[in-house]
Formats: sequence, structure tokens, C-alpha cells
Amino acid sequence: MTTTVSAPEGRSPGRRIQAGLLLQRQGALIALVILIAFGALRYGADFATGYNLTSFTGDTAKYGLVALGMTFVIMTGGIDLSVGSVAALGGVVAIKVSPQGLLPGLLAGIAAGAAVGALNGFLITKLRLQPFIVTLATLLAIRGLALNLAGAHAAVAAPGGFQKLGSWSLLGLPVAAWAMFLAFLVGAAVLHYTAWGRQVLAIGGNVDAAKLMGLPVGRTTFSVYVLSGGLAGCAGVFLGSQNGSVDTAAGLGWELTAIAAVVVGGTLLTGGQGSVLSTLVGVLLLQLIFNLIVFENGKGDINISSYWESVIRGAFLLVVVLLQVRLVKRRRTSGRQA
Amino acid sequence: MTPPAVERPVAEPAGGATAAVPRAGTGRQVRWTVWAQRYGAIAALVALFIYNAIDTPYFMTRQSLVFVLLRQAAPIAIVAVGMAIVIGTGGIDLSVGSVMAIAGQVGATLVLHNHPFLLAIVAALLVSAVCGLFNGTLVAWFGVQPIIATLILFIAGRGIAQLITGGELQPLSNPDFQWIGLARPFEIPVQVIIAFLVALGAWSVMRFTVFGRHVLTVGGNETAARLAGVPVARVKLLAYVTSAVLAGLVGLIAVSATSASDANNTGVGMELDAIAAVAVAGTPLTGGKVNVWGAVVGAVLLKLLQNTLIAHGITKEVAQIIEGAVIVGALWLQRHEA
Repeated sequence: MTTTVSAPEGRSPGRRIQAGLLLQRQGALIALVILIAFGALRYGADFATGYNLTSFTGDTAKYGLVALGMTFVIMTGGIDLSVGSVAALGGVVAIKVSPQGLLPGLLAGIAAGAAVGALNGFLITKLRLQPFIVTLATLLAIRGLALNLAGAHAAVAAPGGFQKLGSWSLLGLPVAAWAMFLAFLVGAAVLHYTAWGRQVLAIGGNVDAAKLMGLPVGRTTFSVYVLSGGLAGCAGVFLGSQNGSVDTAAGLGWELTAIAAVVVGGTLLTGGQGSVLSTLVGVLLLQLIFNLIVFENGKGDINISSYWESVIRGAFLLVVVLLQVRLVKRRRTSGRQA
Repeated sequence: MTPPAVERPVAEPAGGATAAVPRAGTGRQVRWTVWAQRYGAIAALVALFIYNAIDTPYFMTRQSLVFVLLRQAAPIAIVAVGMAIVIGTGGIDLSVGSVMAIAGQVGATLVLHNHPFLLAIVAALLVSAVCGLFNGTLVAWFGVQPIIATLILFIAGRGIAQLITGGELQPLSNPDFQWIGLARPFEIPVQVIIAFLVALGAWSVMRFTVFGRHVLTVGGNETAARLAGVPVARVKLLAYVTSAVLAGLVGLIAVSATSASDANNTGVGMELDAIAAVAVAGTPLTGGKVNVWGAVVGAVLLKLLQNTLIAHGITKEVAQIIEGAVIVGALWLQRHEA
């Protein structure tokens, strides 16, 4: 039994290809380990423990949850641009419901997100519209809905239980971080060991073949968007509880951060291939770059403007994309020779 | 009157998701949907126009039509024309907003440092062209997917624009430079005239030049185009450069019209507006078709829809929801015909 997660492809690639594959699959992980080691050596205990660890993982968790859903969507060959708006909606709904209690608030936020995901899924599978443009339309519409629900300025949470969700921590890690790690573990297990996970990859690999094999293409695709919406809603709940409010700019641009994380993790945008845990690495890596800039500025030797953050992220994405392209090409030519 | 869409010159791609109904209408329903796709946007525009003429006070004034509606729609229309060409090749350009910000910053900074205004404009457009070359090179030569390739500059580009001035707002007062955003020859805002000329130029290029034919061929069936000897890479490169230069032009218009260059806000969300304008006019995002006037009509339609809703006391947020629904509806109509 193989455990590699990829659509069936050329057999017995050469050793150079295997090294290349390792770099593609684990390049982000290697970079992450190097950066963490660099940070720990250069900035010491402040970087690796305590407050920084708590705030870093708590902050990253929101992007991680969104990127997890995005990974599944991309593996089917689709895309979900609406996640940022859905997160804003989830946060607003959770704050509105939170006076009823913490759990109802959490569930309502997730449910609101899943409902939007169901709408996306319906439009994509039943009306057969392109995922890109459908989720672009819901990006607009759901942001409007979230802002409308929030009122003129922002939805503000009552102090108390709901805000504690953002500050509780266990073994030094906040609740949001535990939720993220748990979600990724479950996601990886589902992808590897369930029929649904296999179907997701089969649809992304070749949707016609999947249909001919009798796989429930419509249902699986639909459920992937519901999952993405629900996770985005959950990210919104954490955003709301950490900040105590959801403002008009909440979740702006999250879809692109998530896509970048998925790509950095090595999942191909063409679908049919990918790894859940690599996305986690991708998210951590992209966020860590920002964290390191903050620390470097804190040392005071040099001062890097925060505007460099996006430039560095973009450059990083560029390097990863170029690496991937080379590897895909190489694999194709080797497949032809075989 | 809109001239009909420029049809793709090659046969439908085999097995494409778009091949369903024969061109010659076989029944009443087919004719109706063909009509809806081809003239739906202009019909909706006319209907909305008549409604406003009857129901909105002061709508039929020169001030309201030319100085509000057309002046607001012009920047979106110009970017949408470039976007339509890129989409025609089967691509997409997410970086237009960031390119706007870069061009605006470059132009404004040069003028503020007492360089001749013409040099500032030319330099800004050249920098935009370099951005387009970057996108085009990734897509055409490295085979990176357009969404990802342009996502890189979308992320990094805004950071670059902010770095030019340290993210600070620069007030502008240079009548020569700001002519491009403030002048009103023949009592018409100059950006409206520019938009018209850009659309006319793009339409002529698509209609009468080899490049125009090549764009449609590449978008229709890239493999066939390559086998037929079409310089696919060069065509794509030129399409992205065109899109970026038009975005740069709009960036200059934007900073001129507001008398301030603001790297943080120039062009934010422009990619979505432009894509929506192209899509709402019935151009499939899969490529192979370019409807230049349709993109212009789409831009005016979306702006008019927004203004109508706001003029009738509907909040901006709810207007956004309706806009999203309209985009989905337009797509659904296309779906039947295409």
C-alpha cells in the first residue's frame, strides 16, 4: 500500500527526480526548520517560547484553518476566493450569537460559513458555473452581508466568555492553535484513509474519468466547498474572539494568503495532487517570515519596513513556483522517456 | 449599439465544457438564450437606464450622466479592456490593482521631484510594462498558471508601491501632470475620452490585426495554435504587457483625479471590478473570445447598478450583495448558450 498522495503517474522515476520530488514535497519543511533554527539561535528564548509562541500560533491558526479548506478545494481542481468574506461573516455571526453562550456562538459562526460554502457548492455543481467567478461573486456579496449584519462600523463582542475563547491556552498554546493542529491532523487522515479523500483527488486528477468510474462527483465537490466555508467561518470566530470585534477590513485578502500557503506547501493548482500537512508547513513558513522581520527590527541592528513583508512573501512565492515548474517539466520528460 | 462579440476563428475545442448547442438555433429556447448572452448586458443597461430616467431625480442631467456615471466607470472600463484581452488568451491578471499603485507612485514621485510631467508619465507606463513583462514571462515562458503568476505581483506589487514613498500619502498639485485625471476637453472628463479611445483601439486591434486573431486562437485551443505556428508565448506576453500598461494608465488617472498618491489604497479591489465587468458582459473566462465593447458596457452597467441602488437609499453593503447576485445571474444565462 502506498501512502504518497498523488494521482497515478509515471513509474520508477530516476534518482535525480526523486531528489527533486523530495525538494518539492519537503522543500518548504526544510526551509521552515532552517528559519526556526535561525530564529532560535539569533533571538534566543524570546523567540522560541512564551508570548511569541502563543501569539504566533494563535494568529497563524486563522490562516491555517482557511488554507486547510482551500487545500481540499484546490485538490478537486477548483478554487474558493470567498474565504476572506466568509471569515468576516462567521466572525460577525458568532459575535451576534455569543450572548447566548460561547458554544452557540462558535457553532453559529461555523454554520454561517458552511451555509455560504453550500451556496458556492450549489452554484458550482448544480448550475455548473466556474468556481473562480462564483466565489468571486460571493466574495463581494458575502462581504456586503457581513458588513450589513455588523452595522455601520464593526461588530463588537461583549467582554466575557466569547473573548476568553481567544485568550485561553493549554500547554502554552492557545485554543485556536490546538484547533488548527487538530484540524490538520484530521484533514490528513481523511485524505489518506477515507473514500471521500480518494474521491477528492480523483476528481481533481480527471473529472471525466471520476464520473465514468461512478464516483459521486457532484456530491464530493459540493462537500469540499461546504468544508472550506465551514473552516473559514471557524477562522472568523477565532478572529472575532481574539480581537473582540470584527471590523470592515476583517478577512480582506485572506483568500490569496491561503492560496499562497497551499502553493508554497507544494500542492499543484491543477488539482489531483497535494498534501494537507504541507499546507500547514506553508502557512507556518509564510507567517514566520513576518515574525522574523518583527524580531529583526526589535534587535535594532537594521530596520526593515513592514512593507518589505509583502515583497518578501511575493519573492518567496516566486521561488517556490519556479521550482515547481522545473520539477513538473522534468517529471514529464522522464515519463516520456520511460 | 454594440458591435457583436469577436468570434473565435477556430473550431470549438474538442471535448471542451463549452460545446453544447449548435450555432444555428434549433428552437425558440436556444434563440432566446443566444440573444440573452449576446445582448443581455446592453439590454440590462438600457432597462436600468430607462428606469433611472423615470424614477431618479436629476438622473437625466449632463452632470449626473457624464461627470458621475461615465467618469466613475471609465477607470474600470480601461482596466477591463486589458483584462478582456488577457482573459481572451485563457489567462487572468490579478495584479492590475498593484500595478496601478506602482504606476501612480512612480508618476507622482517623479513629478514631486520636479521632473517634467511627460517624463513622469512615460516612466510610469514603462514601469507598468515591466510588470506586465514579469507576469507574461512567468505565464508564457515558464508555464506558471496565470492565477499564481499574477498573484505574485499582486502581493509583492503593493509592497513595492509602498516602499517607493514609505507608504505615506503624497499630496499632488501639478496641473500639467494632473491633466490626465482632471481635464475636461469639450466639457467631457478626459478619462471618459481616454476610455473610449482605449476601447476603440483595442477593438480595432482585435478585429483587424494578426495579433487579435492570435489572441483568440491561443485562448480557443492553445495546442492547435502552437501546431499552426502561432507564436503562443509572444502573444501571451504582449497580452499581459497590454493589461499592465492600461492598469498603469489608470493608476496615473487615479492619483491625478484625487490629487494625492496613496500607495495603500490606489487600485485596491480593481482586479475584481474588472473581472466582474468582463464576465457580466458574457465573455467566458475560459478564453477564446474577446468582447471589448462588452467589457466597457459591463463596467458602466455595474457602476450604474451600484449608483442606482445607492440613489434609492439602499446601503452600499446591500448593493454589494445584489451585485454579487447579478454576476452569478449573468453567468447562469451564459451557461445555457455557451
